Amino acid sequence: MGLTGLFLITFLIVHCGLNAMIFFNDGGDTFNHWAHFMGTNLIIRTMEIGLFLFLLLHIVQGLMLVSQNNAARPVKYAVNKAEKNSKWYSRSMGLLGTLILLFLVLHLYHFWVPSRMGGLGSIHALEETSLPSYAGQEAHNLYKEMLVVFQNNIVVVIIYVLGVFSLFWHLLHGFQSAFQTFGVNHKRYTPIINTIGVLYSVIICLLFASMPVAMYMGWVS
Amino acid sequence: MEHYNMNLTLKVWRQKNGKSNGSFESYQVKDISSEMSFLELFDVLNEQLIRDGKDPIAFDHDCREGICGACSMYINGQAHGPWQKNTTCQLHMRAFKDGDTIVVEPWRSKAFPVIKDLVVDRTAFDRIIQAGGYISVNTGNAQDANALPIDKKDADAAFDAAACIGCGACVATCKNGSAMLFVSAKISQLSMLPQGQPERETRALNMVAQMDKEGFGNCTNTYACEAECPKGISVANIARMNREFLRAGMNSED
Ligand code: HEM
Ligand code: SF4
Ligand code: FES
Repeated sequence: MGLTGLFLITFLIVHCGLNAMIFFNDGGDTFNHWAHFMGTNLIIRTMEIGLFLFLLLHIVQGLMLVSQNNAARPVKYAVNKAEKNSKWYSRSMGLLGTLILLFLVLHLYHFWVPSRMGGLGSIHALEETSLPSYAGQEAHNLYKEMLVVFQNNIVVVIIYVLGVFSLFWHLLHGFQSAFQTFGVNHKRYTPIINTIGVLYSVIICLLFASMPVAMYMGWVS
Repeated sequence: MEHYNMNLTLKVWRQKNGKSNGSFESYQVKDISSEMSFLELFDVLNEQLIRDGKDPIAFDHDCREGICGACSMYINGQAHGPWQKNTTCQLHMRAFKDGDTIVVEPWRSKAFPVIKDLVVDRTAFDRIIQAGGYISVNTGNAQDANALPIDKKDADAAFDAAACIGCGACVATCKNGSAMLFVSAKISQLSMLPQGQPERETRALNMVAQMDKEGFGNCTNTYACEAECPKGISVANIARMNREFLRAGMNSED
């Protein structure tokens, strides 16, 4: 869980950083440039396979964990005041993970499927660009796809914000938990790790949530 | 502290033996002193049951001073009741007020099967200790303690870990029924001392293997165990155990 979780955490930094390029508000030029790179670079495409394998492994490990742990207490307590000794989100990782997974299905359907499965250029091919590096190339316009998905659909925007909200709580526990799993628990360093974990969760999730909202509100277009 | 008496409703788990299905029974108790301990409350209730010709409630207890770990009771949804860093025998009735209803259950874990009523079988812990929670010593006179220099820091940390009384509240509290806090305390207390070095690696591997075999759940770092442990054993010991386990795994030859 810890290894796959930390890998996914690293992925999210890259994913969030690149997507934040939409905030340049340059009609998606910078964003599309990098999206094109990510969609065509051989090393990145190989890592993408690794990402899916790790995500799958993370889910399988999670399912095994949940089922083994449920079996460890066949008779439940009639009265249990768990809130007196632990945080609700630390006890809800399986539920939060499932919500993230449901969100991911929709999310991949929105962006990954058309951009990877549909073949390059088949959706909203870029007609023109101010960036010389790919002028004249056939490239798909993922930025436009984002606008199509978010601009006029409040339901989708709400689902995205809720998905990111689940991710926030999952990360808030998961980040520091992974370090404890690897045996890192130190008087001086653990408080620093915990602070980084909170900052990471807040920043990543605020950025992610702001993307659909910004497009819906027309702040970037 | 003001002394007062109270009348209470107790809902206690009654189960004839490991094979039968248990259920809750309600009991009324009157004029309970706020200065009694929780186990004395059960003594009063049991006398009442015996007078009425009923089967008294079976519960574990021994020292009644917070050092043996026997008094396992899940009281109103918390191991050892509402006070922190506290055993059931040291829980006093001033924690409750007149008219309260108190629900008492046994530890609930697959690895701690109920023997009768509130008594559970905790020999799984003994088998984990037998798997590696010991040190080898040469026979003959014990050597002078001061002959072995030990860093004060290590001695203190080992002593903190050794404060574990094996009560099982960590398992009872953990949503996963994990025994990591107990096992990590036992591994830690020996791994930091020179006497513990010869078996250091086999100990970590064997105790963890036995823990898994007993059917305890896996740790997901909710840290509920630390919050409910009567001796305040720190989850830093769990991280240390994870390090010991990794180290032993990498050094092992098979
Ligand atoms: C696809 C949906 C996902 C599911 C079903 C899922 C499920 C789980 C489960 C069941 C756990 C362990 C339970 C626990 O520690 O209490 C867990 C832990 C964790 N997850 Fe996820 N998760 C998902 C997505 C993610 C993502 C996207 C990330 C990071 C970007 C992530 C990062 C972590 C981390 C760091 C841990 C803690 C590992 C540890 O303590 O050793 N998870 N996840
Ligand atoms: S670690 Fe604490 S709660 Fe667990 S058995 Fe030891 S004393 Fe009891
Ligand atoms: S009876 Fe010994 S600790 Fe409570």
